[in-house]
Amino acid sequence: MSRDGFSISLASPHAPGMDGMQKFGIALFVLAILFTIVGALGPAAQDPALFFYLGFVVSVVGLSVYTVRTYLNRPSGVQNNHIFTSSLTNRGLWGWALGVFLTGFYVVLYWGSDEMWNGAPLVLLFNPISQGLFNHPPDRWFLYSFIYTISILIMGVRVILKYRHSNYQIVRTCSIMFFQLGFAFLIPQFLKSMSQPEYYFSYFWPLDYDLLFPSSVNGLLSSGSLGIWMLLISAVLTFIVTPILTYFFGKRWYCSWVCGCGGLANTAGDPFRQLSDKSMKAWKIERWMIHSVLVFITGLTILLWVNSCLVGGIFGDFSHSLTKVYAFLIGQAFAGVVGVGFYPLLGTRVWCRFGCPMAAYLGLLQKYFSRFRITTNGGQCISCGNCSTYCEMGIDVQSYAQRGENIVRASCVGCGICSTVCPRGVLNLENGLTHQDRENNNPITFGNDGVGLDTGFGN
Amino acid sequence: MTAQKNIIIIGNGIAGITAARHIRKRNDDHNITVISAETDHFFSRTALMYIYLGHMKYEHTKPYEDWFWEKNRIKLKRAYVSKVEPILNSILLDSGELLTYDELIIASGSASNKFGWPGQDLKGVQGLYNYQDLESMEANTKGIERAVVVGGGLIGIEMVEMLRSRQIPVTFLVREASFWEDVLPKEESEMINRHIRSHHVDLRLKTDLKEILSDENGIARAVLTGDGEEISCQFVGLTVGVHPNISFLKNSGIETDKGILVNEKLQTNFSNIYALGDCAQLRMPREERRAIESVWYTGKMMGETVAATICGQPTNYNPGIWFNSAKFMDIEYQTYGYVSAHLKEGEESLYWEAEDGVRCLRIVYESATKSVVGFNAFGIRLRHQVCDEWLKNRTHVDEVISNLNKANFNPEFFKKFVNDVKFKSMRK
Ligand SMILES: Cc1cc2nc3c(=O)[nH]c(=O)nc-3n(C[C@H](O)[C@H](O)[C@H](O)COP(=O)(O)OP(=O)(O)OC[C@H]3O[C@@H](n4cnc5c(N)ncnc54)[C@H](O)[C@@H]3O)c2cc1C
Ligand code: SF4
Ligand code: SF4
Repeated sequence: MSRDGFSISLASPHAPGMDGMQKFGIALFVLAILFTIVGALGPAAQDPALFFYLGFVVSVVGLSVYTVRTYLNRPSGVQNNHIFTSSLTNRGLWGWALGVFLTGFYVVLYWGSDEMWNGAPLVLLFNPISQGLFNHPPDRWFLYSFIYTISILIMGVRVILKYRHSNYQIVRTCSIMFFQLGFAFLIPQFLKSMSQPEYYFSYFWPLDYDLLFPSSVNGLLSSGSLGIWMLLISAVLTFIVTPILTYFFGKRWYCSWVCGCGGLANTAGDPFRQLSDKSMKAWKIERWMIHSVLVFITGLTILLWVNSCLVGGIFGDFSHSLTKVYAFLIGQAFAGVVGVGFYPLLGTRVWCRFGCPMAAYLGLLQKYFSRFRITTNGGQCISCGNCSTYCEMGIDVQSYAQRGENIVRASCVGCGICSTVCPRGVLNLENGLTHQDRENNNPITFGNDGVGLDTGFGN
Repeated sequence: MTAQKNIIIIGNGIAGITAARHIRKRNDDHNITVISAETDHFFSRTALMYIYLGHMKYEHTKPYEDWFWEKNRIKLKRAYVSKVEPILNSILLDSGELLTYDELIIASGSASNKFGWPGQDLKGVQGLYNYQDLESMEANTKGIERAVVVGGGLIGIEMVEMLRSRQIPVTFLVREASFWEDVLPKEESEMINRHIRSHHVDLRLKTDLKEILSDENGIARAVLTGDGEEISCQFVGLTVGVHPNISFLKNSGIETDKGILVNEKLQTNFSNIYALGDCAQLRMPREERRAIESVWYTGKMMGETVAATICGQPTNYNPGIWFNSAKFMDIEYQTYGYVSAHLKEGEESLYWEAEDGVRCLRIVYESATKSVVGFNAFGIRLRHQVCDEWLKNRTHVDEVISNLNKANFNPEFFKKFVNDVKFKSMRK
């Protein structure tokens, strides 16, 4: 096949060919996925177990075999070869195809009718796990939750293998996988199976935007003592735990160690992190958007409470319609459809960067009241651009590093990839002793004694 | 306030661009024009390899967005300067255009060495210095079966890594007995030899190039080594160092030796002409430092220095304590101070190597006073500021060892090498 021009090949023309084991893994994956799709078109309704195990589970095994082999085949170290020459990870044909598929999935998931989803073979396929573990029949939200968790787990393993030279990445990814599996999947599903509110301890206001709405609060309060506890825990998490942890560690403790949205971005989304927009313009838009969302959701929550206290006295149904607008625009269209559907086109953290009110709240804390900063190692930066290219938040890390300035940015989620990919060991994520010494504005290359660092422009 | 000046800078590399930026920072009025032949915009030469590897595209290697130049009123012009006429304060472009200046800054960088080997100009034979080299390497390495890289230095090993990323079998000819032997002490050098081989590279030490053989179309088909062995290949990378790129200054009256000769203010023999970066040669280098230092950092510092001088604050070039860094495939390297390949008279060193064989640390100190003079770190990251302070203060080696933690710049959760160093390092 030609090495030039437009290629329908998935991999880069320069990437090494697959060995036997990789081919076996891919073949297994493709066959099993096809089998699953066939099942989802109808037969799975009759025999879910057959299609779940021989289809879905086997495809997961196939993909894992391929992934493990691919990354262990290479020595440990930065493995970003061919990223900008392959169609999938450089907005080529395959990137677009995946983007369209994911976006389509989200559209159908959020806005498909109940008739369409109830009893759909695709949903019934997951009966074995849903009934087996939690004793309730699967619905579309179970399907979503399950696939989401599996994606984080498999792609988490991939991330661990890919970045196995960095203990920071290994530990962090284990944490993401743990919180997703336990706090965002098993616990809520068990709660549901015990007819308790399906509560996610790892999501709280303002990310879980309706948690503090009067309707949800009243709902929790009326569901007995567990509900009251849940409410209390949420409030403590939002208003006490979050500021304290962010003061000591920066927003990373949440955004890239706990949160499932960030978790998906850093695992399933890892192949696409380089596609984020680094321009100054994008940064401007980001600051406007994300803070507007925070203001909106805070305002809305207050509005709803005022309205509720006055029994709908002043706004009547108006605040209710606002809630619906928020749910549609922000909760679904933004967080899901654009946030994940557009991974292969806009990069991974579009939602975290432009839309998440929790990230806005954490960001303000990080910028003005935190010990966290990314330190720059003296004069060692060679302005190569790797750090900026691989920053999923679109931060132009290099622009600070080449001036010897620390990076203190509201949006930095502390994923640590900039430090991992830097070929000169220039960047380090650090929690300092106070929050005052974070910013150091060195105008001059460290080591240039002629011009002088301390005196600015002295001699 | 100084009067408005017309400043022309030749070369949009790190040296020229740093000068332009810092002049603008200090002075709003000067006219600044940067003339360069290679690319429209400043890009990072150090990142050339990452484009070939597919880590980045060309646009990612531009440290500033394209609007930056207009906003800061730095005029960019893509052209080749064919002549400089100091007496007339003018330069001639290849287009025939004549420009005059009040101050001229020459930052024309380097060009790859070639040592007159037979066949060195065949198709498929090239160095790696500029963007055009990258493009030709892309073309020259398509579908080839073997490549030979000549020269065991920093660019050579980058070229090897580039070729290996595309699974091209590589033979690496190194004239010395060990990789980068004239700079690295034996242990470090051997560590890199092992690492190169672990990447399935056919590393040939003590082997030099004699001739490059041509096929009937004038394309390289093999190299002949000094031992008379013929190695068949379709690509030959010549990475045997660089020299100042100053041929266009011939007969201009600007004094040159290997590079453009400059004083401590980076001035040439004409007081309104400066030279910086790779192309400059200091008449009186500071003790311990060389007259020509072709690295990124010195170009940057020189740019800052010249900007101060031109903007009315005459400043001597004083680069402080030497530091540098590189990456040998997967092994990061940082150095601070002065570690020579062979310990100098009156020096001793302390060496630690991790069991994995890809991380090591060397601390060199004076035998008599025990003050530290240099650090070599492989596979571990050291904090520049702390090392610099220790070196400046000529700190006692024992104090350095007991405070090594302060110099640790490894990310969180990395195995602490510090304790290991304390107990297991060997003195020499
Ligand atoms: C592959 C590679 C990797 C490297 N890696 C490192 C590293 O990791 N660390 C490090 O410290 N250093 C590294 N270096 C060295 C470093 O890149 C150089 O020292 C540095 O770029 C020199 O900068 P400069 O501004 O002096 O010149 P240059 O960057 O060479 O810029 C000079 C510019 O002037 C132009 N020019 C020259 N003559 C004329 C003329 N007559 N008319 C018009 N334009 C002209 C040239 O085309 C060129 O664009 C590396 C070099 C290479 C090639
Ligand atoms: S700056 Fe670094 S740590 Fe922060 S988000 Fe970007 S890549 Fe991650
Ligand atoms: S900080 Fe590191 S990755 Fe970023 S530009 Fe500098 S050397 Fe490159």
